[in-house]
Amino acid sequence: MNLTLKIWRQPNGSAAGEMVTYPITDVSEDMSFLEMLDVLNERLTAEGQEPVAFDSDCREGICGMCGLMINGVAHGPEVTTTCQLHMRSFSDGDVVTIEPWRASGFPVLRDLAVDRSAFDRIIDAGGYVSVNTGAAPDAHASPVPKENADRAFDAATCISCGACVAACPNGSASLFLGAKITHLAELPQGQAERYTRVLNMVHQHDLEGFGGCTNIGECTAVCPKEIPQDVIATLNKDMRHALWHRV
Amino acid sequence: MATNENEAPHGTAMGASSDPVGQAEELAPAEVANENPSQGAAAGVTAPVSSPVADPADHDDAAGYYTTGDPLADTSAPAGPIERRWTERVFNAKLVNPANRRRLSVIVVGTGLAGSSAAATLGEAGYHVDAFFYQDSPRRAHSIAAQGGINAAKNYKEDGDSVYRLFYDTVKGGDYRARESNVYRLAEVSANIIDQCVAQGVPFAREYGGLLDNRSFGGVQVSRTFYARGQTGQQLLIGAYQALERQVAAGTVKTHARHEMLELVVVDGKARGIVTRDMVTGEIETHLADAVVLASGGYGNVFFLSTNAMGCNVTAAWRAHRKGAHFANPCYTQIHPTCIPVSGEHQSKLTLMSESLRNDGRIWVPKNAEDCDKDPREIPEEDRDYYLERIYPSFGNLVPRDIASRQAKNMCDEGRGVGPMVGDQRRGVYLDFAEAIERMGRSAVEAKYGNLFDMYARITGEDPYATPMRIYPAVHYTMGGLWVDYDLQSSIPGLFVAGEANFSDHGANRLGASALMQGLADGYFVLPNTIRDYLADGPFPKVSEDDPEVRAARANVQERIDHFLSVNGSRSVDSFHRELGHIMWEYCGMERSAEGLRTAIEKIRALREEFWRDVRVLGTNDSLNQALERAGRVADFFELGELMCIDALHRRESCGGHFRAESQTPEGEALRDDENFAYVAAWEWGGESGAPILHKEELEYEFIEMKQRSYK
Repeated sequence: MNLTLKIWRQPNGSAAGEMVTYPITDVSEDMSFLEMLDVLNERLTAEGQEPVAFDSDCREGICGMCGLMINGVAHGPEVTTTCQLHMRSFSDGDVVTIEPWRASGFPVLRDLAVDRSAFDRIIDAGGYVSVNTGAAPDAHASPVPKENADRAFDAATCISCGACVAACPNGSASLFLGAKITHLAELPQGQAERYTRVLNMVHQHDLEGFGGCTNIGECTAVCPKEIPQDVIATLNKDMRHALWHRV
Repeated sequence: MATNENEAPHGTAMGASSDPVGQAEELAPAEVANENPSQGAAAGVTAPVSSPVADPADHDDAAGYYTTGDPLADTSAPAGPIERRWTERVFNAKLVNPANRRRLSVIVVGTGLAGSSAAATLGEAGYHVDAFFYQDSPRRAHSIAAQGGINAAKNYKEDGDSVYRLFYDTVKGGDYRARESNVYRLAEVSANIIDQCVAQGVPFAREYGGLLDNRSFGGVQVSRTFYARGQTGQQLLIGAYQALERQVAAGTVKTHARHEMLELVVVDGKARGIVTRDMVTGEIETHLADAVVLASGGYGNVFFLSTNAMGCNVTAAWRAHRKGAHFANPCYTQIHPTCIPVSGEHQSKLTLMSESLRNDGRIWVPKNAEDCDKDPREIPEEDRDYYLERIYPSFGNLVPRDIASRQAKNMCDEGRGVGPMVGDQRRGVYLDFAEAIERMGRSAVEAKYGNLFDMYARITGEDPYATPMRIYPAVHYTMGGLWVDYDLQSSIPGLFVAGEANFSDHGANRLGASALMQGLADGYFVLPNTIRDYLADGPFPKVSEDDPEVRAARANVQERIDHFLSVNGSRSVDSFHRELGHIMWEYCGMERSAEGLRTAIEKIRALREEFWRDVRVLGTNDSLNQALERAGRVADFFELGELMCIDALHRRESCGGHFRAESQTPEGEALRDDENFAYVAAWEWGGESGAPILHKEELEYEFIEMKQRSYK
């Protein structure tokens, strides 16, 4: 198939960017979206033009490194990561716009690559259990009801890609934040720091410039791991508890 | 069977104790049967028989490609009863006063399981740690993609497991090419890993009673594998990442995202730092410390196509090798039979599917090459060649993975592969579930393999319930790596190596669910105990940025970058990498022969020369320049690839993942030659124009008797 790509080009974080049009021919429907961009880059290189910078690593949907706005939708038309999107989701003659994540919390580094280090700083603020290596009791010391273990796991499958932020009209990272709060709140190991954790992580979230949540749900519509929106309810519930009890 | 509706892609429902799906990217179903009584020799095998050569002078296929150095020995492992060695080493390792730890600094390169856990633990101890990684967050390292599980000798199932049994299984699984002391220690600390991870909040699969679930995995008869659906690596890495970020918050660890190590700094014979490039600004930086830990992963991407992440590379390890660290057993690579095949020249990576698919699927290719482009459903039964069932009637589709892989390649080489033409041949064979669907019913197949079928459908656009799947082998893990002693210290004092980047625990073949175990054992428990013995003699004299060694290392990095940016040749970096990968796959892949390896060495040398002369890297150094990053990595892959071929050429025996056509049993199984090759091949860099120097570390088996692997 032949496509017209409109791609955001920006030489670096401080320079101005623009949409540039690139026609691309002979795209196979078996290519992944990123392989299609690889092919474009090979052609650009052959023509002496600098290739388009974009992030990806595992290319099997688990590392969370890739992420593009494709025709205005985070990760494109399928509910999966950009690397797992294949060209059979497109048709001959399509015009495809490709942009980086758009959020003030994720500044552009170059072209389609953004800086998501804000997510690491939110985790630094409390997204862990304070246990030093060697200080652990036997793994069977605290049984965890399967229901809680399963919910913790579902929340813990977040890959930290940032699609939730990119999709949110408020630029909120509440789904990412709620996923971590829920993961640790469902487990006995997470209880000791449960309420200080939520206060500190929410504080950092706000400092990073992410917006507040107004329960629009765009985040869950694009989340490649289908993290459910009720993790935000857990986040809010724990936050209320923490504030009420002045932790 | 699975009862959970919310199965993650290619995962096993939590709580399903024996669901084979998702178990295993590393499990060859037939290996479970290895311990069973003989079922008679496979019939119809025409493989040549060769017996180990007696005269050492006779078996040196690689004569002229290398020189021989002094034998090597691991002097840091205590002798005596094996179950006391680690305790003794920990006791004898010098202690560092907590007040002194703040004055000692450690650099950790890589933040996968080994690197993150090491950095976190060293930070907790109070050392000053700097962690470097090329991704934008430490949590993205490729450990995250491991699916199956993690072994631990907890014996929660009371099924006869023990530290000794895990030790035994790992040595045997490694085809008797691993060090006993190291493997025993791995088994010994395995139970602590599970405790640690649970305490961190890793959501392992649990039973309804709330206790941890286990499954059997990787060709063993006990259930010792802990798992988190099909995403165990992800969950363990998030645990280690969170422990790491906790130390970042505490100020003991400083992380350096999007930084790539491009050179090791060795001063007065000791590893004292690294030179990095900031991948966003292009700045070349020097980082100095009292010790350096490399946890930079494996080198499977030398094949271009592998199940590794796009960025996985050998550069950190290779730059250390060039500075004097020996590289051990580089030819030991693990190849998996059930990956989704290549769909065209555009292919950028390969995706693994659980090998458990072979429990119910039947593998075949058309009998006639002219049927290869037909719809498989239209090929009548009598025109199909169920070649594994034909060649190995006892085991059929459940032969060990190396045999399944090699035979798939043989079929494609004969021109009977299926799927799209890639280059000059079709690279795929059918894995057909029609019979299983008829026998078990579609819903049973769905319950067992549904998530794998979905993944296959998403990637290929084909419905595996309606038409046979296509599969092909892919490179998955590398057992070789930098040589280390029992302390995980390389041949350069102060340079420690952990995880897949070292060579030490898996011998010639890694068992399923053991990679995660080794990464975390090294990082949480082994390295923090052994490195203190070294650090206790520090802080070492301060190294100046103007030190000649530091300046030389920086100049070297700058020179390479300047070269790549100024060649302005005609071919892209990827085109060279793809061609190198093709050579490696063809000649140093599943089956190696002396003639093929010599051809490969010549081809690699010619291509490398062309690469340096004709590569095209556009742009500048002072910005994000992904082609420039890749150029440096591919340059190192060229040198590694040549060494892998030389190692494979000199080792005229088959063992584990290394199969030499000249050394096989009548059944086509790997035939070891313990008399001549029961050693670790540790290679020393021979200089730009010199040949590599081989140091042999003899392997002694005091506790486990060496046996020939047999699947009869």
